[in-house]
Amino acid sequence: MSDTLAPPRRPGTSGGRTTPRGSFALRLFGERLSLLVRPRTLVVCLALTLLSALVLVVSVSVGDYAIPLRAVPGAIAGYGERLDVFFVQGVRLPRALTAIGVGAALGIAGAVFQSLSRNALGSPDIIGFTSGAATGAVTVILVFGAGRVAVSLGAIAGGLLTAAVVYLLAMKNGVQGYRLVLVGIGVSAMLGSVRDYLLTRAELTDAMGAQIWMIGSLNGRGWGEVAAVWVCLALLGPVLLAQGKRLRFMELGEDTARGLGVSTQATQLTVLAVASALTGAAIAVAGPIGFIALAAPQLARRLTRTGGTTLVGSALMGAALLVVADLVAQRALAPVQLPAGVVTAVIGGSYLIWLLYTEWRGGRA
Amino acid sequence: MTTPADAASRLHGRDLTLAYDQRVISQDLAVTVPDNSFTVIVGPNACGKSTLLRALSRTLRPARGHVHLDGRVIGSYPAKEVARRLGLLPQSSIAPDGIGVADLVARGRFPHQGFLRQWSKQDEAVVAEAMEATGIADLSERSVDELSGGQRQRVWLAMVLAQQTPLLLLDEPTTYLDIAHQMDMLDLCAELHAERGHTLVAVLHDLNHACRYATHLIVMKEGAIVAEGDPATVVTAELVEEVFGLPVRIIDDPETHTPMIVPVDRRAAAR
Ligand SMILES: Nc1ncnc2c1ncn2[C@@H]1O[C@H](COP(=O)(O)OP(=O)(O)O)[C@@H](O)[C@H]1O
Ligand SMILES: [Mg+2]
Repeated sequence: MSDTLAPPRRPGTSGGRTTPRGSFALRLFGERLSLLVRPRTLVVCLALTLLSALVLVVSVSVGDYAIPLRAVPGAIAGYGERLDVFFVQGVRLPRALTAIGVGAALGIAGAVFQSLSRNALGSPDIIGFTSGAATGAVTVILVFGAGRVAVSLGAIAGGLLTAAVVYLLAMKNGVQGYRLVLVGIGVSAMLGSVRDYLLTRAELTDAMGAQIWMIGSLNGRGWGEVAAVWVCLALLGPVLLAQGKRLRFMELGEDTARGLGVSTQATQLTVLAVASALTGAAIAVAGPIGFIALAAPQLARRLTRTGGTTLVGSALMGAALLVVADLVAQRALAPVQLPAGVVTAVIGGSYLIWLLYTEWRGGRA
Repeated sequence: MTTPADAASRLHGRDLTLAYDQRVISQDLAVTVPDNSFTVIVGPNACGKSTLLRALSRTLRPARGHVHLDGRVIGSYPAKEVARRLGLLPQSSIAPDGIGVADLVARGRFPHQGFLRQWSKQDEAVVAEAMEATGIADLSERSVDELSGGQRQRVWLAMVLAQQTPLLLLDEPTTYLDIAHQMDMLDLCAELHAERGHTLVAVLHDLNHACRYATHLIVMKEGAIVAEGDPATVVTAELVEEVFGLPVRIIDDPETHTPMIVPVDRRAAAR
């Protein structure tokens, strides 16, 4: 191996770079702290955060009762004209904050589900979770005629139950991505017919209420909803982030991950439970808003070019998508207010077509 | 049951029953990987070679019995601790879309990293050395998607080398490789064994390669170990016929003077 003519090669300088692409090492306190920093990921995350903040301010300002942009910060803090403060603090700010929280929850949960199933379609929308939640909620509305809290609980129960059933049906020597997607589509279709049946038997006003709930909307969401979704995010988000690295290792295949020292089963169970809870919370608060969980992780991944799941990026992307979608929903046909779910469905549907098209062209679907 | 030879071996298993759910693959299996050996496992397709390797690497928990690593039951170690002592190259792995070569090799450092220590100078040096050793240093900026099968296999091996483990378990490291790359890979394994003092366990398909490179050969059939030891004494025409159902002649490998297996020409016999 030794070649006396060649100059001695120093590790790290031979051939090419050894630090992962697009990253640099940040080492402090004499190596006690060493981090791998990806500027591109940082920039994307920062840009998404700024976008969400900007759209938040805009959605607080616009409306049938317009508030000048320069009055918005004051109104948020509680100063200025009384009507401004009322609209900002009482109506628009909680709505926008709910949108950001729900979007973040859906984005990060979608990233977890897609990573576990190793499938871009393995999001809660597709694998039956959303459909189960909708069926749970519709059952509560139509059969028990119960109120908001009970509907939310019904949605969570329906979602978790359906997710468990789908996972059990799809499980065979670990979770297989395509099987999960196919079983989920089947179960969703069955649940859809259950809902349709319930709707045909219901009183017209009840049926309309259920229909509106099923689209998913942020209309009239207040501080109670803000608290619910943000508390869930604050408690459960860090659990997922702590497992993020292990999740990316599991994308290498079960045996490889275990060989590298990842306890795959513990990781799988933890993130599955936490991501399900987050999805449930999001649906309980805003109804089954579609496509955010499907599109956000993929868009984040393509923007950051990480070659793997990015949980933070997915959360920020989900937040930005939903707060933008809700602004569009409020203003597109003003004064008619669309449910946000209609807008996300349009955006998401186009995304899905594009995704399938590129996958087909890549010969993978 | 523990013999002195076992006590000296870093990696061994006793009374192992290996099963997937209800399906038993191996029963009452005893296996010892001699220290500092280049152990090669051979046997017909689906006889349980990968299953045994998975049990030895804690990827599969035995239904009965225990695998011991460095004097302790392997399941009693924290997962990362096992990964600092023993590296596994599984039969198949998945490279995420768009991942870079250096990124993938760097994944091998995971068992050495912690919350505050994510990319030390040592990590960098070890990754560089692993890529150098496997001859992929020039590919470090490329995407794994763009590589040939042989290059990809070397990237995976580099990832396992970056784990810096004294024990290496390799499941069919030469599949998908042409004859020249197969020999490259095996020479590299032999070098890791002879010059760097790794203990290697590899599953190989080619009996002649196994005889050339193994210091210890394990022959499996239907989940059981039917013979083991020095290839020169273990490999006989009767054994190969019994295990693979193929009549063969054994001749002397003119290069290495190890046993060389030549299948009997059954067409000539039929004539
Ligand atoms: N994950 C699994 N679940 C169920 N059966 C399996 C699994 N992996 C392997 N098997 C079965 O175990 C047997 C032994 O497989 P394996 O150890 O992979 O064989 P080899 O590596 O010798 O070709 C085969 O019959 C195979 O079908
Ligand atoms: Mg095998």
